[in-house]
Amino acid sequence: MEMRINMRNMRDNQAGTIASIKVSGELGRRIRDMGLVPGTEIKVQGRAPLYDPVALRVRGATLTLRNNEADYIEVEVDQ
Amino acid sequence: MAPTVALAGNPNAGKTTLFNELTGSRQHVGNYPGVTVEKKEGTFVRDGFRLHIVDLPGTYSLTAYSLEEVVARDFLVNQKPEVVINIVDASNLDRNLYLAVQFLEMGIPICIALNMIDVAKKRGIKVNAAKLSSLLGVPVIPTIARSGKGKKELMDSAFQIIQEHHKLNPLKISYGADIDPVLAEMEMEIAANHFLTDTYQARWVALKYMESDEQILALGRKADADLSGRLEDLVGKVARHLQNTLDTYPEAVIADQRYGYINSILKQGVIYHKYDRNRLYSSDRIDKVLTNRFLGPLIMLAVIAGLYHFTFTYSKQPVAWMESFFGWLAAMVSAVVPEGLLQSLIVSGIIDGVGGVLGFVPLIMFMFFGIAILEDSGYLARVAFMLDRIFRIFGLHGSSVMAFIVSGGIAGGCAVPGVMATRTLKSPRERLATLLTVPFMNCGAKLPVFALLIATFFAKYEAFIMFLITLGAWAGALLVAKLLRVTVIKGAATPFVMELPPYRMPTFKGLAIHTWERTWQYIKKAGTVILGLSIVLWAMMTFPGLPDSKIQEFEALRRAEISRVPPGIADELKAVDDNIELSDSARHLKEKLLRIDAQQAEAGLRYSIAGRIGGALETVSQWAGFDWRTNIALVGGFAAKEVVVSTLGTAYSLGEVNPEQSTSLSDTLAKDPGWSPLMAIGLIVFTMFYSPCFVSVVCISKESGSWKWGAFAMAFNTVLAFFLAVLIFQMGSALGFLVK
Repeated sequence: MEMRINMRNMRDNQAGTIASIKVSGELGRRIRDMGLVPGTEIKVQGRAPLYDPVALRVRGATLTLRNNEADYIEVEVDQ
Repeated sequence: MAPTVALAGNPNAGKTTLFNELTGSRQHVGNYPGVTVEKKEGTFVRDGFRLHIVDLPGTYSLTAYSLEEVVARDFLVNQKPEVVINIVDASNLDRNLYLAVQFLEMGIPICIALNMIDVAKKRGIKVNAAKLSSLLGVPVIPTIARSGKGKKELMDSAFQIIQEHHKLNPLKISYGADIDPVLAEMEMEIAANHFLTDTYQARWVALKYMESDEQILALGRKADADLSGRLEDLVGKVARHLQNTLDTYPEAVIADQRYGYINSILKQGVIYHKYDRNRLYSSDRIDKVLTNRFLGPLIMLAVIAGLYHFTFTYSKQPVAWMESFFGWLAAMVSAVVPEGLLQSLIVSGIIDGVGGVLGFVPLIMFMFFGIAILEDSGYLARVAFMLDRIFRIFGLHGSSVMAFIVSGGIAGGCAVPGVMATRTLKSPRERLATLLTVPFMNCGAKLPVFALLIATFFAKYEAFIMFLITLGAWAGALLVAKLLRVTVIKGAATPFVMELPPYRMPTFKGLAIHTWERTWQYIKKAGTVILGLSIVLWAMMTFPGLPDSKIQEFEALRRAEISRVPPGIADELKAVDDNIELSDSARHLKEKLLRIDAQQAEAGLRYSIAGRIGGALETVSQWAGFDWRTNIALVGGFAAKEVVVSTLGTAYSLGEVNPEQSTSLSDTLAKDPGWSPLMAIGLIVFTMFYSPCFVSVVCISKESGSWKWGAFAMAFNTVLAFFLAVLIFQMGSALGFLVK
């Protein structure tokens, strides 16, 4: 079953497709510039030792972002 | 003038490598996102034809989000390079083309270097360059910058673009039914009013308004506030509509459509993936260990300790060589130039000053070499990743840790390389906060001061007190960083969104160039200013000289001592021959004369500008229990913190005191009624936190780009240190704690 969850709540190695990114301004721009837009497939590659930031596999590269930045991103995942 | 070719591309796409390949001027090849911040230029020569090559900072976009993007965009707009070579990473094509599309939208003539095709091939990615070229309408040349493959074809194509010199029509992407009509309306308004069209294309200006690009908005408001307002209203209407219907923003829709455009191109048989795109490569397997929840921090501790050990242990010998060279030079000058002001100026002012700058050079080289390895291999980005959670609490960035460690986070570092290590930080506010707080760490020069005070008053608890001092420095630095980030350097945390580049083996050549470039910058930048300042400090501690009447008094004292002994003994002293054993009475006389010399030095110091400052400050400094002697010593400590010890020696008439062996001074302080363990604690705290030494201040100013911040560090740190010292002294005195 498909469902929408917040990126923060994704498990390690869980894959999904970005459904929406609800942030404008500097952060929003930065997120989009790095290739995170709705429809992009992502996979959680791992988290830092203190569970924050999170490392994502996106378009064949590894990106990192903080949990409070990931909060703006909703992801469609297979449950 | 030679035609200009700009190199542009994402960080880590191989831009700098290609630049080196083209210009031959070997430079830094980094692996940390966005290491190329300065503008690098060079010349490419072929068949007597010259091209001016400019290496633009690595950017992901042209949205004017970061300083790098603004720099790159301004260069493209104002300098109008004949052609832009856009280096794209073939193994990361869609993300890299995001920038290329923006060049095309600006109507800039580009030629795409499809770089790292070898890496892409290994990852099972095949790219049809010819197809991509025909779809985008610009040349696409496969290259491998590391080996120079494709360089000739790339430059052929660049030459062709320069020679043909044809105008490129800006790419028009459809941004959907909500945006397109408004964009067209705005474009017409802009064109009709010649609004900013001297520099930019009308559609591009409209697009930037739609994206709420701050730089263009500011330009527009200045050029025609009225029209700008109308355009902003149009954008506002679209924004509200998008918010209500799709819960999104115009800039988000634009970004989506750009990616959509790229995907539609790539889908037409341009790219072929043999494997799942997100499958893991060896680099990711290394990460499984190096950023592992348990192993990661342990390995990081070991790496940091290793870097520290490498920097400070292996540089010891070259630093000692430098010191003995300058010691030898000073002795030479002293032997040749007669005693007096000139000798003092050359030895104490110039040689000590230049020696002070160059003495740091081996340390800085080792530190940069170590950091270059971590940076070029890609490990530094992982350190930032792992530590960000902690440093973020204090308004800093994960990458701040290196600067703190090098500055003396493990006691015994040095703030000068520490300040320079902040260069690896990309976020401007976080970087500034780090710059301003690293001097609180316990550098090697503060240690003799601590050692003296601990040995005098707390000999039994040496290790424990040192541990407390180290903890105190970290706590102080982090708390002050937090304070600065909520006051003078206020502002939201810079987004952490960054790339973890694949691990790469650093090349020795790359490391050497990297290290030398940064070290040379230090010598060049710091050298001149520091020489001047050290002469000023020398003058402050020398002028005005004692009045003749005073000097006569000391002369009289000397003559009196000499006349008290039989004449043969004074002659014995004059025969400067160390091999001859002095008689008891001659040694006695020598000691007495030395004591007079020391008293004269004390009087001279007190009489000098520095001494007068110290005396004048006494009215304030007594709140912390510091007398004029301590004050002068602290003023001297501005030259270098270990000078506190030697200046205290002079102020207590002990003559020259070697900071490494200060037992005589220790005895004097222990007996002095003005000193107490409590005051010693206050002085330790003051030494930890007060103004960075002037070499650090110069570096802070240079690195932050403004003398304002250097001045701020001096004033703020001193006030903070004094406040803490007074607090300790007054509270302790009131409680009768540790008072002698």
